[in-house]
Amino acid sequence: MLICLKNVTRVYKVGVERIHALAGINLEVEPNEYVAVMGASGSGKSTLMNILGCLDRCSGGTYELNGRDTTRLSSGGLAHVRNTQIGFVFQSFELLPRLNALKNVELPLIYAGGTTWLARRTRAKEKLERVGLAGRIRHRPNQLSGGEKQRVAIARALSNNPSILLADEPTGNLDSHTSRDIMMLFDELHRQGQTIVMVTHEEDVARHAERILHMRDGKIISDEHTGDRRLTPEDMEVDDA
Amino acid sequence: MLRVLTAPLLFVALLVQSIRLALGQIWANKMRSTLTTVGIVIGVASVTSVIAALTGLRAKVLKDFETLGTNKIFIVPHWPREGKFRHFNWRQIRFRPKQFEGLLERCPSIEDYTLMTDRGQTVYHGVHSIDGARVNGINPSWHRIENRSVVAGRPFTLMDEENGWQVCLITPDVRDELRLDRDCIGRRIVIDRRSFQIVGVVEGRVKGGMFGDMGSSKEVFIPFETAWRLWDPWIYAMASCRKPELSKEAQAELRFFLRQSRRLGPGDPDTFRLEVIEEYLKTFNKMAMAITAVAGGVVGISLLVGGVGIMNIMLVSVSERTREIGLRKAVGAKPSAILLQFLVESVVLCLFGGLLGTLAGQGMTSLIAKIPNASLDMAYIPLWAIGLSFGFAGSVGVFFGMFPAIKAARLDPIEALRHE
Ligand SMILES: Nc1ncnc2c1ncn2[C@@H]1O[C@H](COP(=O)(O)OP(=O)(O)O)[C@@H](O)[C@H]1O
Ligand SMILES: [Mg+2]
Repeated sequence: MLICLKNVTRVYKVGVERIHALAGINLEVEPNEYVAVMGASGSGKSTLMNILGCLDRCSGGTYELNGRDTTRLSSGGLAHVRNTQIGFVFQSFELLPRLNALKNVELPLIYAGGTTWLARRTRAKEKLERVGLAGRIRHRPNQLSGGEKQRVAIARALSNNPSILLADEPTGNLDSHTSRDIMMLFDELHRQGQTIVMVTHEEDVARHAERILHMRDGKIISDEHTGDRRLTPEDMEVDDA
Repeated sequence: MLRVLTAPLLFVALLVQSIRLALGQIWANKMRSTLTTVGIVIGVASVTSVIAALTGLRAKVLKDFETLGTNKIFIVPHWPREGKFRHFNWRQIRFRPKQFEGLLERCPSIEDYTLMTDRGQTVYHGVHSIDGARVNGINPSWHRIENRSVVAGRPFTLMDEENGWQVCLITPDVRDELRLDRDCIGRRIVIDRRSFQIVGVVEGRVKGGMFGDMGSSKEVFIPFETAWRLWDPWIYAMASCRKPELSKEAQAELRFFLRQSRRLGPGDPDTFRLEVIEEYLKTFNKMAMAITAVAGGVVGISLLVGGVGIMNIMLVSVSERTREIGLRKAVGAKPSAILLQFLVESVVLCLFGGLLGTLAGQGMTSLIAKIPNASLDMAYIPLWAIGLSFGFAGSVGVFFGMFPAIKAARLDPIEALRHE
């Protein structure tokens, strides 16, 4: 099992008030799953994603990633997990404006260490090619369209070959046409074996996934498999070839 | 085991990366960075130029000593600070010529010595006079110790000495001021109501050096014996050792000899002092150290002010780049990596200030060296001073960059990413 959340809570304190953003989440995600998280605004989707991405810590419960309990890790330990096992795609891209596409994609590799300059460069180029941006590697974020920016962000998320790709409303800032392109990219990544958990509030975006979670008031209220699109062993062999 | 090997490599890679980032950051904010480092620049520029000036002065002094001769030893009377001699009157402390008899035989490292007297007197020639001319009594051996040539007439001889004749040597300045002719040998001048015949003209003191100007250039020399008979004066002696390396032995011999000739008991303190040119060098070094300490204080304050400026700009930098920090953390930067990045930025900023400061210091040094008559023409910044400046600048960077860097390292990734 890739992800195992047991009774996870997240409480924010605002003044004297306590906001239960997550109120007891139980969730298991297997490798190669493609999960969409839906729900009204304020239902706790982002909070859940941040905890899945080890960007945030839960207030209660346990989170096991690849069989390892993450709740006891130091902030350095969490950074290592984020670096090696998680690729996070943000709604607002979060590219560093002064770095070109290639440098942005290289960033996680720099913090991983142990790679040469050339290896980093080759890997980053390869990832940019994979998201269809081979011709834009020298462009800076302000020279790229919204869709292209998000592709760079996806390439960056993939650079360390993470076991899970997390995306919080990745198409939230894009028009519907560009959104469709990005979703096709996600589909393709999934077809190649990438585990994906994605937040969206658009039905047609969620339809790309094979499993849809609905959240309300910090709880998962439904968990449905929409047709089994999980890869068969034969598919995987074809892909490897 | 693998971690042990890769950890330093990772650190070096991060360090290189941080340096590149820091340079990029400074380049992107050229104006701001330069203004921020003004404090450091001033600090480093002043410390380097002060050190340059002192170094130049020192080189000059050493050079002057070479021309003055480092093998000279002055023997002067001296009141001990403690012991029974503290209460001795001047008659017992002052030297007598008899006490120097047999000195050369007993002190093999001494090549020669001359007894000397030194007093200010008004000298006359007709209606012309000089107030406060230095009238020195000297032995003929003086000519062998001082390398001052006799430009006209003759030097003193044993005859002058033994007979206590009223003859004198004068310097060109005395000759000119008394309106004497170029050819003044045989003319008479009046010192203390007595008439002295000029037998020679001896060149003036070395001029222009640090110590050349110390004494008057208006000097009159008379035989020691003559001075002794006339005035019963305080006397001192000037000796030269055979080689500058023998200075220590020569001093020991002199001390032993004088203690005996002055009949000092085993527990008695010296009633005389031996002064070597090196002693002056020590005094100079002490003075230089005092100046350096004062300059150091000034520099310390300007570095402190500079450091606060650096801290301020680093805090601005951290808050401006909060989102960037959040993103870097999100993709796996450990707190230590963020700490390193900002610390390196602050250090690089300070070293940049150090570089500007060194250049400014070099500029100031070239200006200082051009000041006329200041004995600073040999001023230069020694390499160690440059190293010291960069060391200080770097330390300021570490010290004042630490707080902003820790602040950055501790940022929560989610909060940082939410920052506007
Ligand atoms: N930093 C925070 N401080 C206080 N409350 C927060 C914070 N972040 C989120 N919340 C609250 O937690 C709840 C869930 O938020 P979020 O997970 O962002 O919802 P969603 O992404 O589903 O719109 C909301 O009620 C929100 O106001
Ligand atoms: Mg949200």
